[in-house]
Amino acid sequence: MVKNFEQFNILIVGTGGQGLITLLQILAEAALLEGKDLKTSELHGLSQRGGSVEVHVRFGKKIYSPLVSQGKADLILGLEIQECLKAYYFANPKTTFLINKYLIPIHFKNPPTENKTLNILKKFSKKIILIKAADICQKEFGTNVTAGIYLLSLASFKNLIPLKPDSILKAIKKIIPEKYWEINLKTFNLAKQEVKKLSKGNKTIIT
Amino acid sequence: MEKLLLSKPGKKIILLGNEAIVRGALESGVQFVSTYPGTPASEIGDTFYRISKESGVYMEYSTNEKVALEGAIGASFSGLKTLVAMKNFGLNVAADSLLPFCYTGSKGPTVIVIGDDPSCWSSAQSEQNSRFFSYLAHIPTLEPSDPQECKDFTKLAFQISEKFGLPVIIRTTTRVAHQRTPVKLGKITRPGRVIGKFIKDPKRFVTMPPRVLEMKKELLEKIEKIKEFSEKSPINSLIGKPSRQEIGIITSGVSYLYVMEALKELTPHQRAGGGLPVLKLGFFYPLPKKKIKIFIKNLEKVLVVEELEPYLEKEIERLAKDTNPKLKVFGKNLLPEVGELKPEIIAQAIAKFANKKFLIPNSRFLVPKIKRFPQLCPGCPYWLVFSAIKKAVNPKRVIFGGDIGCYMLAGLPPHFLQDYLSCMGSSVGIAHGIKKATKQKLITFIGDSTFFHAGIPALINTVFNKSNPLIIVLENQTTAMTGHQPHPGKVIKIEDIVLACGVKNLKVIDPINQKEFIGAVKEFLNKKEVSVIIARRPCIFVK
Repeated sequence: MVKNFEQFNILIVGTGGQGLITLLQILAEAALLEGKDLKTSELHGLSQRGGSVEVHVRFGKKIYSPLVSQGKADLILGLEIQECLKAYYFANPKTTFLINKYLIPIHFKNPPTENKTLNILKKFSKKIILIKAADICQKEFGTNVTAGIYLLSLASFKNLIPLKPDSILKAIKKIIPEKYWEINLKTFNLAKQEVKKLSKGNKTIIT
Repeated sequence: MEKLLLSKPGKKIILLGNEAIVRGALESGVQFVSTYPGTPASEIGDTFYRISKESGVYMEYSTNEKVALEGAIGASFSGLKTLVAMKNFGLNVAADSLLPFCYTGSKGPTVIVIGDDPSCWSSAQSEQNSRFFSYLAHIPTLEPSDPQECKDFTKLAFQISEKFGLPVIIRTTTRVAHQRTPVKLGKITRPGRVIGKFIKDPKRFVTMPPRVLEMKKELLEKIEKIKEFSEKSPINSLIGKPSRQEIGIITSGVSYLYVMEALKELTPHQRAGGGLPVLKLGFFYPLPKKKIKIFIKNLEKVLVVEELEPYLEKEIERLAKDTNPKLKVFGKNLLPEVGELKPEIIAQAIAKFANKKFLIPNSRFLVPKIKRFPQLCPGCPYWLVFSAIKKAVNPKRVIFGGDIGCYMLAGLPPHFLQDYLSCMGSSVGIAHGIKKATKQKLITFIGDSTFFHAGIPALINTVFNKSNPLIIVLENQTTAMTGHQPHPGKVIKIEDIVLACGVKNLKVIDPINQKEFIGAVKEFLNKKEVSVIIARRPCIFVK
C-alpha cells in the first residue's frame, strides 16, 4: 500500500496512561532502524493525568516539523473511540483510522456514542478500521494494557505503516523493559494471527 | 544503564530534546547541576538524578529555582562547570539572582536552561515568553529548534560562557524539549574530581556601588564582543539566497522547522526553502545585527516568524530603519500572539505574505468538541481531603485558595474547590490579603514541595501581620505533578517549621481519618489566628 513515500505521518490519540508515548518511542526506533529521518512530539505533565493526549510521529526522507499538519495524517491510531473526535482535522480522504473499539466514560453532556463518532469520522475518510484490541487483549492476558501494541503490530502486518513487522518487533525489545517482553511479544504474535485470519476474509473490520 | 552514558561518539540515537541537553552538558564536562522540577524542563534534572553516580556529576533538586541558581552561582564562583534547569516561571523566581550574576559574570562556565510553554500545555498562571529576561539581564540566549541543536547549542553555550565569562541561557519550548529525533553523539568529557576552589576576589564577586556601575559597563562590553561572535556564528544561518529576492523570512526555534515544512507544502517541487530565502537565528541575544541587515537590505518584504510576543519583529523593524526604510515587516499582523504556532498556521501566513493560495484543510468542519478533564489518580489522598472539606463546610460560603500542584484539579469537576490560583506559594500570601480585606472564611491548599518552595515566608507573614486563614498543607511526600522528585520533607518535618513560624493552631492528620479531619476544619475555621492542618498521606506512587 505505502511503498514509495516521501514522508509518513502518524497521529496517536487516547487518554493519559494508555501508553501513547511508548508507542511513539517504538515507532521512532523502528523508523531509525530502517534508516529514516524522523521527528516526534509529545506532551508531559498534569494534563496527561487521564486527560486527552495526542502524540505525533513523522518519518521519511527528510522531516522538518515534529507536528503533523492539519489534513496530513496518513494514519490515525485511536486508542479510544471518542478521542478520535480530537483528531479529525488531521485527516484527509486517504487517511486510515485504526481504532481500538474501546470507550472510556466521559464527564460530558450527551457524550458522542460509538456510532455517532464513526459517522462523523466517515465525513473525513471512509477508511475506518475498528478493532476489538482491548477486548482481545483482556481475554487473552486478563489485562488490556497491551491494546496499543496490538494495534501497532496489526498496522505493520496489514501494511498500514510502511515499516516492517520485524523492525517493530526489534523496537519493542529496545523500548520495553525485558520483564515485560513476554506479554508484549505474545501480543505482537496475536496480531500476526489475526491479520492472517483477516486476509482470509474474516470478521472484525468495519469500514 | 543509561543509553546516554553508554552510547559511543559518532553513533546516532533517538533523544528527547531535554535528554539531548543532558548529553551536550556531559560532552562539555559539566560538574555541578541544580534544578527545581517543572514541565517542560523536568527531564533534564531527572536524567541527571538517575545518572549522577555513574557520571560523577554532582546533582541536586534545590528548594526552588532561585536557590538552584544561587547554588549554581556559588559553584561557578568556585570554578566548576555548571548547569541549572527550570521552567519559564522558575526564571521569575530566580530573576533576583540572575541580574547580579550577569554583573559579576561566571567563573566556571554556566548554562541556564529555560523551558517555555506556548499554549500552556502544562502551565497554569501565564503564557510567559521568557526571552524578555535576555534584555533585562543582558544574558546571551540561544534558541535550539530540535534535539540535535539542543545538544550542540548546549556545548556552544558552555564554550561562550567559558570564553566571555558570562552565563548563557538555552531557551527551549515544549515542542523542542519534548521532541524526539536521532542525535549524533560526541565524546563525553568526564567531570573529574568535582572539587572547586573559591579564590577571594571581592572586586569580581561583590556588587556594591560604586563598583556595580563599573560592572554594568563591563557587562555591556562583554555583550559587544559576543555580538561579534554571534555575527560569525554558523548557528545564525541562511537557507537559500537573499539576493534578487523580493521577499524573505526570518525565524528561530521550533518555528524554523514549521517554516521549512510550510515552504515544502507551498512549493512542493522546489528544494528546501521552496526558493524563499530563510534566515534562521540561533542567537536570540545578542542578535547578529550585521547579518540581519545584509539579509533585509534588498528585500521589499520580510516575514518574521516567532511564537508569542514579537521581540524579533521589533528588533528587525529597528534595524530596517537604518538599512532599508522601505522594507515592509510582517509578523504578528499575520500570525497569532497567543498560543503556539503550527506548520499550517505558518503556511497560511506565508501564503498571504507571498500572494499565494493556501487553505488550511478541515478548518470549516464543525465537530462536537469533547472535553476530557484530567483526574486525580484513583486512590490519591487528595480525594479524601476534598471530600472531608465538603462535609465540613458549605463550599458556597468559603473561599478556596489554590496553588501549583496536582491539587489544582480541585478547580475541575467533580470538586469545584478553587476560587483563585496564581503562582507557586501564592495561595497563602493572597489568603492573607483576602482575610485582611474581608470578613469571609477562607481555606487554602498548598502542597508540601510548594510549601518549601515559596510558602514559608507567606506563612510567617500571616503570623507577623495577624490574619487567620486556614492553611491545609497537602503532604504527599513527593513533587507528584512533575514526576515524583524528592523534596526537603525527606529530612525536615513540616510541623516543626510551622511551629517555629509561631503558628498555634496546628494538627497533623491522615485524611483517611475523615471524622477527625472534618472536626479540625470546623474548629480551625473559627479561630482568630492562622491555622494549619497538615494532611499527611503519601502519594500512591511514593515507594
